[in-house]
Formats: sequence, C-alpha cells, structure tokens
Amino acid sequence: MSSRSLITIQRLHKVYFLGATKVHALRGLNLEIKRNEYVAIMGPSGSGKSTLMNIIGCLDVPTDGNYWLNDQDVSSLNDDELAHIRNKEIGFVFQTFNLLPRATALHNVELPLVYNGTTAKDRKVHAASALEIVGLADRMDHRPNELSGGQRQRVAIARALVNKPSIILADEPTGNLDSKTGVEIMEIFADLHGQGNTIILVTHERDIALHAQRIIHIKDGFVEKIETVS
Amino acid sequence: MGEYFRLAVDALRTNRLRSILTIAGIFVAVTTIIIILTCIESLNNYVETEFSEIGSSTIYINKFPWVITDNFFEYRNRPAIKLREYEALKEDNTYTRFVSPLAVYERQISYKNEVVDGVSIIGVNRHYAEIGGISADHGRWFTEHEVDSRRYVCVLGASVVEALFRNADPLGKRIKIDGFPYRVIGVLEKRGTSFGFDQDRQIIVPYTAMRNFAYSWRGIQVAMLPERPEDAEAMKEEARGILRTVRKVRPGDKDNFAINQQDMLLDFYKQATGGLYLVLLVIAGVSLVVGGIGIMNIMLVSVTERTKEIGIRKAVGATRKSILRQILSETLLISSIGGILGMIAGVLVGWLILNWAFSLSAQVTPSIVLVGYGFSALVGLVSGMYPAYRAANLHPIEALRYE
Repeated sequence: MSSRSLITIQRLHKVYFLGATKVHALRGLNLEIKRNEYVAIMGPSGSGKSTLMNIIGCLDVPTDGNYWLNDQDVSSLNDDELAHIRNKEIGFVFQTFNLLPRATALHNVELPLVYNGTTAKDRKVHAASALEIVGLADRMDHRPNELSGGQRQRVAIARALVNKPSIILADEPTGNLDSKTGVEIMEIFADLHGQGNTIILVTHERDIALHAQRIIHIKDGFVEKIETVS
Repeated sequence: MGEYFRLAVDALRTNRLRSILTIAGIFVAVTTIIIILTCIESLNNYVETEFSEIGSSTIYINKFPWVITDNFFEYRNRPAIKLREYEALKEDNTYTRFVSPLAVYERQISYKNEVVDGVSIIGVNRHYAEIGGISADHGRWFTEHEVDSRRYVCVLGASVVEALFRNADPLGKRIKIDGFPYRVIGVLEKRGTSFGFDQDRQIIVPYTAMRNFAYSWRGIQVAMLPERPEDAEAMKEEARGILRTVRKVRPGDKDNFAINQQDMLLDFYKQATGGLYLVLLVIAGVSLVVGGIGIMNIMLVSVTERTKEIGIRKAVGATRKSILRQILSETLLISSIGGILGMIAGVLVGWLILNWAFSLSAQVTPSIVLVGYGFSALVGLVSGMYPAYRAANLHPIEALRYE
C-alpha cells in the first residue's frame, strides 16, 4: 500500500458564474485524506463545501490547482474519463437518495455495474450481496416508493458500495431522515469504516460530523481548521 | 446492447400512449411507402411481362407509331401499309427470318344459332405462328399451301370456342365470319388476358382468305422476326431502306411509315409513370420525415423529463456514449416497431389493392422490405441524434439538482 494519501488536494481554485456574478467558491484549498479515514467536511452554506464535494466526487473539475486521487491526477480529465473514475473510485450517497423511481432496489444497486461492463448475472450477485450488507436482503424487489426513507438511503448506500470504490462520499446523508433513522444510517457508516472503507461525510450538523475521526471546517473557500475527534 | 434494449422497452412502457402515438407516425409513413413500392414493383413487373410477349426483337411496320407524343395529324395523311409493301419486304430482306402481314378486323361470327359480335379476325401467313409465339394445341395451324390457295380455314381462340361450341369439339365445323363460311382446323393455346383484353377472343385466318375485308385499302401491318436477336437493328435499317425505295421517299424526307418495337412501349411506360412514381415516393418520404419530427419532439420532452435520471446515471459512471446509446436505442426501437408493423400492413394493403383493383398478384421483393425498414431505422437514428446529444451533454451536477 502506498504511503501517499488517498486524496491530495493542492491550491484548489474554483470559479464559476451565476449569471453575470463571478463566484470564487474555492480559493487555493489544500487537503489530504488517507486511506481508511473517516472524515467530515463541515461549513456553513456558501463556504464552498458543496463545490469541494463535487470536485472530490469527480462531478466537476477545478479551475486551478491539483487533485490526486489514488496517485492519479484527476484535475484535468475530460467528461468521459471522469465518468470512469466516478464509476470505479467513488460511491455517492445523497441527501435526497437519488434512486431511479421505476427501478427495483436490486436494479438501482446494479446501476454502477451496468457501466463497467459487468455481466447481468454477476451484477445480480454483487448487488444482492451489497443489499445484504445494508440489511435489505428482503426488500430487493421493492421500488423506492415502497420503501421508507431509511430503507431508501440504505439502497443508496448499497449502490455506493457495490463497485468497491476507494471513497464513499456522503452528502448530508441524514438530512432527509428523522433522527432515529439518522442514527441507524450513521451506524452503517461506522460499520463500513470498520471494514476498511474510506468515508467522507459532508454535513452542517455537528452531531453528525462527530461520528468522523477528523472534521475539516471550510470557510470562504479555505480550510479554516482541522479538528481531530477524540 | 441487451441492457439498452431493455431500458428502451421500459421507457416505452412507462409512457404507453405517447409511445403508441409516436410509433403510429412512423407506422403510417412506412405503410404508405411499402404500399407504393409494392404497387409500383408489381405493376412494372406485370407490364414488362406483358410487353415481353410481343418479343423483344420482333418489329412491327405500321402507318402510326405505337407511341405518339407529338402532333397526331402529322401522321394521319401517311399512306396505309399495303400488301405490295409486305411482298417487297419478303423478297428483298437478308436479316429477316420470318415476315408476315398482320391484318386485324372486328367482325360478327356465328355457328348455327350462336352469334358473337366484336371478335378480332386476324389475317396472317403461316410464319406468324413463330413470330407471335402462338400455336394450335388442338388440331393444327394452316399450311403454306392453304395460304397460297386462299383456303377459307381458321384457327379459333379458346374464348371463341367456348362461346360458339360450349364443350363440343369444333374441329371440322364450319363457322361464319361476316357471313362467309370458314372451316375450323385448330384451336389456339389459351393465353389469358393482357391489360384487360381477352387474348383468346380472336380468330386467325390466312390473310389471303380475307379479300372481302377490303384490307387492301384500309391497310395492314407487317411483323418481322430477325434471323438472330442481334440482327434486329440491321433488319430495321434494311426494312426502312426497302420501304423508302418502294414508296419513293426522297433522300432527306422523313419516313412515312413507322417501325415499332416492344422497347418503345416499355420506354413510354417508364417515361409516363416514372415521374408519377417519384412524386408518390417523395410524398411518402415527407410523411416519414413528419414521423421523424414526431419522434424528435417526444424524445426532447422525454430527455427533459428524465434529466434527474440522466444525472444519477452519470454520477454512477455513465459516459456520454452510454447516454447517447440509451436515447438512440429508444428512438431506434420506436422507429423499428413502426417500421416493422408498417411493412406488414403495407404488404397486406398493397396486396389487397393489387388483387382487387388490378387483379394482379403482389410482388414483394426483399429489397422493398429492406428499403422500408432501412428508411424507418434511419429516421429513428437521425431524429434521435439531437435529443441524445442533449442528454449526453447534460452536466451531472445540474442534472442531479433538476427537479
């Protein structure tokens, strides 16, 4: 295993335009995240944390600066190369779940495998075992509207896991859930971390952020401070 | 590919009515195209088959050309073709294998109490059997001697036999043509109808036995078959020379007779119908374009509706190419279903039209089916291109945010 960090971010800038307004969302941000770390990214709205998450998740590219993921410089890849990286290295968990409404739980979890050429048979096997990990083995044939919020988020977590990514990137994963269900979901993340996964949690709730080993506070496009959770 | 097909089927099922209406657009267009192609192909085939009975290398010398596209009155004052011109053609030719006069009149015929009006009486010599490709399949054809000695004998067409004799054997019986008695020596092989004409409603007699028909001034035709098919042109030129000499046409003057051949009819048919067929196909093509616009319209709506889905797919690793494929599979499926149903309907309707309106059998060639399917698939691809491009180029973040 390489001693280098899983994620190395140097002097990251992101500038975009909202209509005629120029927004400088990231202003030379530096960050390192090691393999099998559990990190929370916190910050008020407008701090640039969503922009940072999009770049870490390879949904967007920086205007300037470098981003190495797994020793690969991904800051200047084109759309299709980024799509491959997302498919291979990143598992997303969104606040609004983002499941395909017409597809069954099993099918939703299969989705990342569709885009890396896994055969239909293997897809089913992998997706089923990912659903088992999140405790939904008995809900595979249910569609999202037949599942509770917590169950939907578990399906999303199974989808994030199924490709065995380098990072699980969770954006306010408990934001749409009641606190009891939120706790259950956070337990799943703790388990996944225990099994060796790297987890990056984006949140504005301190209670949630405290589940992580480190909390990275973002403000005005910089890392304001890094807090180690005891 | 199976995955994309499954996705496309799912998408069509989700918006059932919308899919059916979009498919209907392509269906109607392809049906129209296949009907038109089937009818054109079948009619062309029929016409070519019928014309080929004339014999491709046989020439006919007439007063009028078969196809007159300019002023008819230019031809009206020409002298009729006379028997002495036939005789000259018979004497002086070198490339001709057979030559026969051909005099056609409609007359009343009778046998005992049975009377039939408007039967074609055709006067020819013995060689017309070879030139016209006809033969007696009961009894016999007439001999050279019977022609030379002006015997009143006749060979009957099958419809004439039926009308006069029912099921009795006509051989040896005497029928009356225009009041004169002729002895039946043969019955022609059945030929059926051509362009609605009953080709069996005719009687063939030696041309010498037609003196009382006054053909000497009404004029005749001359039919000529070359020694070998490749001699046809030489035979035509020679016949032209002979006729000009006999008729004393001065050098530089136009021919005052017509040399007709099967390909003139075919050329005329193609000329007359080609433009019409093209217009029909263009109209059908326009309806296919309209169908294609329908697909594009629906797919643009569908892509917008599925912005979020596309965002999710992109987030988990769908490339531009896979999104393109997903949308194109859908449009291809729509156009293929429309295309295949349209082909089936087109062939069926074409078959019905041909059968009822023209009493023809439909010719469905693989090329028609391929053209029909090919065009619908092409329309599916082309109309899917822009919506697919739009979907593929959606930015994942914006697509995910779309509500």
